[in-house]
Amino acid sequence: MGELSYLEAAIRALRDEMRRDPLVWAVGEDIGRGGVFGQYRGLQEEFGPERIVDTPISEACIMGAAVGAALVGTRPVVEMRFSDFALCAIDELVNQAAKNRYMFGGQGRVPLVVREPIGLWRSSAAQHSQSLEAWYAHIPGLVVTAPATPADNLGLLTAAIRCDDPVVHMENKNLWGLRGAVPDGDHVVPLGVASVIRPGRDVTLVTWSATVHDSLVAAEEVARQGVEVEVIDLRTIWPWDRGRVLDSVARTGRLLVVHEAVKAAGFGGEIAATVAEELHGRLRAPVRRLGGPRIPVAYSKPLEDVYRIEPARIAQACFELARAAAA
Amino acid sequence: MVASQTNRENSAPRLLDLYRTMVRIRAFELACEAAHKEGKVTGAVHLSIGQEAAPTGVCSNLRRDDVIASTHRGHGHTLAKGAAAETMMAELYGRATGCCGGKGGSMHIADFSVGMLGANGVVGAGIPIIVGAAQGLRLRGSDAIAVGFFGDGATNRGPFYEGLNWAAAFGLPVLFVCEDNGWAATTRTTSMSGGPGIAARAEALGVPTTVVDGNDVEAVDEAAASLIAEVRGGGGPRFLLCETYRLKGHTVHDAAPYRDPREVEERWTRDPLRRARDRLLALGVGAAEIERLEAEEEALIAAASASAEAAPWPLPAAAFDDVQDNGGAAWAN
Repeated sequence: MGELSYLEAAIRALRDEMRRDPLVWAVGEDIGRGGVFGQYRGLQEEFGPERIVDTPISEACIMGAAVGAALVGTRPVVEMRFSDFALCAIDELVNQAAKNRYMFGGQGRVPLVVREPIGLWRSSAAQHSQSLEAWYAHIPGLVVTAPATPADNLGLLTAAIRCDDPVVHMENKNLWGLRGAVPDGDHVVPLGVASVIRPGRDVTLVTWSATVHDSLVAAEEVARQGVEVEVIDLRTIWPWDRGRVLDSVARTGRLLVVHEAVKAAGFGGEIAATVAEELHGRLRAPVRRLGGPRIPVAYSKPLEDVYRIEPARIAQACFELARAAAA
Repeated sequence: MVASQTNRENSAPRLLDLYRTMVRIRAFELACEAAHKEGKVTGAVHLSIGQEAAPTGVCSNLRRDDVIASTHRGHGHTLAKGAAAETMMAELYGRATGCCGGKGGSMHIADFSVGMLGANGVVGAGIPIIVGAAQGLRLRGSDAIAVGFFGDGATNRGPFYEGLNWAAAFGLPVLFVCEDNGWAATTRTTSMSGGPGIAARAEALGVPTTVVDGNDVEAVDEAAASLIAEVRGGGGPRFLLCETYRLKGHTVHDAAPYRDPREVEERWTRDPLRRARDRLLALGVGAAEIERLEAEEEALIAAASASAEAAPWPLPAAAFDDVQDNGGAAWAN
């Protein structure tokens, strides 16, 4: 067990997979120089410009070319730089990559991974801060992953590259520098399996990506006052680990979903609705969701902070849920 | 850009082969049109009647392991690449035995076994895909090439620019084939296009361009042979602009009232099948031989239609197959 940053874990995942399989390659803007965040550092030196492929600023063609390259048997890893820029390639991802296997009756597979960095980061404003995981979860054919820790970035990116489905792998920009323990050797986190990162009997808190860490801070805070929160890091948004979430809520009777994405029509709505459908009679309090307000992310710090979900708000919601149950 | 000069060295046997493919495509399209009128084929169906020469002339120069991407008007490309009319027709009839199991229909016809990587419901979307296929083939060390078919309408979309630029920047083994049929859906393309035209656009993106009479199958065949040799030889991408005409409406539902009937009538005199047939007669091929060939192809398509009509429908449960490995069928609700 060593220690790596979230960013170093991603480099290791891609390097190991490229060493293991000569048909794995990466394609995107500026990745030969290491990528905009350094998440490809050192890879072109090892694998050359034919496998760490720098491209023009042509997101549609980056994604579309990856679809074609996947159809002839290679396994491309696509870099979109910021998830916001993937919107320039949405036809290629949604109409082409996601539907190819289905609409051609299973003749082909599109084993590509799209890396889409998400989240609030250094006053990046409206077009460099979004978390749009719910959009992709809505699209049949796609897998969506959103790791919160270095170990999970290593394990989920590895799983994504080995998977024959197109995977949208959403790394959080604010976590690149986060350090954590990472297993030695081959480390694969199975797709669709959540992680209970803190057990608790009173409230089930489901979250993913950067808000996992804010939720843990909140859980420690409320624990000091006697409320025990079970924090579940979903890790894979689609397919989401319905079983693990339902098992937990069946025990606690209370659900809080926390995500950085806009709350309205966010993926938390799907989780809350499923829990309400499946466990209505066993709920001891109405389900709760915390997410961003339905506004674009602003630049100026006081305005950006309006969008941010602080641990104090999460703690408050946990208290309210616990109190509602006691009433 | 160069205008293709044909030296007319094609022998009658070669032209007979090309003519056979064109007759097959025409018969398929007519059968499809009739079946649609009877409600046996449904959905959006885009016929390639009048445009048979381009897919025929290009694909007759391809190997089985070369790959192509097609458009919403893709029956001709699929047949010309060697797909079986029987499984294609079954697909249009929505049957389980269709080449896509009934999931695709006309707009998503495909036969990966012959290197036909799919028609596409989105104009121009095949261009980045075929460019990437070429990149993937090169990464795998293959000398197969990739051919992207698209229409004049696609040249006003972003993926056209991104894809041509990309192929030129990476020197990829791609042949771009633009069938300029004059119409972008129901709008005359020139009325919506700036600049000096499609060939100039392709040249400006660094892709050497050849313009050919797209209704002269021998001219297409000859130009394609030479361009494909250049592409396969590592010369980088090439662009073949085939000037043709869409003799029918945009879809089978479209009677094309926005066109002057005299324009269409005049274009029928340049029908690529009629021209090839006249040329075969001029080359001394007997009318009886030509008629026999035509009867054979029409019988083949009639048999494909009969077989499609008798084929089983897909089971509803198949709707959940081939969504995805992770989180697919288990989420049937």
